[in-house]
Amino acid sequence: MSDHSSLRTPSQRIAWSATIVISTLVFIFLIAPILAIMPLSFSSGSFLTYPLPGLSLRWYDDFINSPRWMNSLKNSMIIGVAATLLSMLLGTLAALGLAQWKSRFKPLVLAFVLSPVVVPGVITAVGLYFFFAPIGLTGSYLGLILAHTALATPFVVITVGATLQSFDTNLARAAASLGASPLQAFRRVILPLILPGLASGALFAFATSFDEVVIVLFMAGPEQRTLPREMFSGIRENISPTITAAAVILTTVSVILLATLEGLRRRNERLKGSGG
Amino acid sequence: MTAASLTGADAKPEVSLKRRLKQAERARQLKAFALVGPLLLFLLFTFAGPIAGMLWRAVDDREVRQVLPQTVAALADWNGKDLPDEKAYAALASDIMAARAAGTIAIAAKRLNYALNGFRTILTGTARNLKAMPEPGTARETLGKINPAWRERTTWTTIRDASGPVTGFYLLAALDLTRNVDGAVVSASPDQAIYRDVFARTFLISLSVTALCLILGFPVAYLLATLPPGRSNLLMIFVLLPFWTSLLVRTCAWIVLLQSNGIVNDSLHWLGIIEQPLRLIYNRFGVCVAMTHVLLPFMILPLYSSMKAISPAYMRAAASLGAPPVTAFLRIYLPQTLPGIGAGSLLVFILALGYYITPALVGGAADQMISYFIALYTTETANWGLASALGAVLLLATLLLALVYGKLVQGQQVTGGMKN
Repeated sequence: MSDHSSLRTPSQRIAWSATIVISTLVFIFLIAPILAIMPLSFSSGSFLTYPLPGLSLRWYDDFINSPRWMNSLKNSMIIGVAATLLSMLLGTLAALGLAQWKSRFKPLVLAFVLSPVVVPGVITAVGLYFFFAPIGLTGSYLGLILAHTALATPFVVITVGATLQSFDTNLARAAASLGASPLQAFRRVILPLILPGLASGALFAFATSFDEVVIVLFMAGPEQRTLPREMFSGIRENISPTITAAAVILTTVSVILLATLEGLRRRNERLKGSGG
Repeated sequence: MTAASLTGADAKPEVSLKRRLKQAERARQLKAFALVGPLLLFLLFTFAGPIAGMLWRAVDDREVRQVLPQTVAALADWNGKDLPDEKAYAALASDIMAARAAGTIAIAAKRLNYALNGFRTILTGTARNLKAMPEPGTARETLGKINPAWRERTTWTTIRDASGPVTGFYLLAALDLTRNVDGAVVSASPDQAIYRDVFARTFLISLSVTALCLILGFPVAYLLATLPPGRSNLLMIFVLLPFWTSLLVRTCAWIVLLQSNGIVNDSLHWLGIIEQPLRLIYNRFGVCVAMTHVLLPFMILPLYSSMKAISPAYMRAAASLGAPPVTAFLRIYLPQTLPGIGAGSLLVFILALGYYITPALVGGAADQMISYFIALYTTETANWGLASALGAVLLLATLLLALVYGKLVQGQQVTGGMKN
């Protein structure tokens, strides 16, 4: 990388300083709003303004003792976990298949598999609403799990596919030549090596489902409302400090997911580095 | 038998080996495709099928045909120039009687009202006042007496145009077009023509957000790509944390920040810059700020990966050949980031086009984008044909842009800028 301590001309130095100043402002723009609402959830008052009148956990108490919020948290977990498992199963199989499949239709198939990411949420939601209502899948957990799986699977295919790209197929051949059945080779050789990729895929899938709201808006009955869905109506009606408590909980989940993902990535890079 | 086949194999070993290799390869390919199969079937059921169904609804037009079947049949050979003949009036009277008995008149009334404002009243009023089947030969007179609208050609062309089974009506309506009494496509009346404005607004907001993301994202991506890996990895947290934070949390945060007694207004007041709180939210400004915040990581990450791929040797070479920094940047560096700029901008633009949640929460009535109207017609007014037609237009725009995006990132890794 170029070394900026040795910038020669004054204009280069000015340009570099400007880059740093602008970037700092953008970083503040990116992070400040998220940080700004966190203290409000610990406020003892009911107004979302600074300075805080005092500190208290009453809004967390409110969250935990509200059947509505707790139910939504439970729903988010149920739907998120189920959608993650299903998308892992379908996505990993597809990624394995796509890695071996050679055909001129492959780009087309890949584009189709990835299209749920690109198509606007409202279109998918409206289509599913029309399609699932007559067969009784709106207002049901199953309907939401299936819909979230469709949205999450592309991320699994991408992440697992990327891992498979760097996977040395000679290892699988070696296992086969040593007498391992395909299933044994997969379980004992391939799986341990692609496990970090699978874990990242699962994290992406869970995060996708955990944050999704448009489809839930259209398809969930009162029983299946998820955390983002409750937040949506909460924001629409009147933002209370309980919503900021919910926001902090959601953000904590995101941070845990992101930290896990970073850990996996670093581990992967280290392994790659030591492997030459 | 075994011996014979063995000798056969010995006789032409090369051909046999080739064939067996080919067969093995074919079996392998079949197995590979079989692994993709379950996902394809699944997406057919949970994604492609539903969207195809939605597209079908944009042209499906069977309500009037089902409720007024005899009228539709009678109008089939009507010239459309004069009023229809007595036969059509009698058919309509008979259909209305039957529909009232079956309780289906409202279905047809709703559909016809889409095409001609006030048709609901005409049809339901006629149904209410038509006590018995008119005497043979007096249907035209009877209906005309109940409602003079039946003496107008427009009333009848409306029914004829809504006869289905397929229609371009909703798709035309989605583009503020309609058919006039003679069947020619014309612009809709100004009070009904709102969607061109909505599409223009959707494009304008998406374009502004894309431009803002590019302006803000470029220096950040440059900084991240230029710093040594240790420091840039640390700073990357500032991009990835918002990227992973829930959309609802971020939207909520902006409302808290920008509301009239929010942090931004309070600070500006405290600094003595403003006297009265500024209106920063529930307007276009709020929508653009919040959407830029949400979509900025989608710009920074592709830009970062394209800049990361540029060797610093190029800039050094340019400098050593005497190019001033600005020239080197404009002629050497910038052109190499163009694929990243294109990919990032298209990605942000595509995502912005379909946005619903953020404008719905932080925008005013005049800032709602096309997705809002699709949702509105689906859940509130149940005008499913129009919702589907607007959806079809949005889908077409998205897919065309995605196609360009696909061409642009071809060759680059599929994961694009996404870490991992």
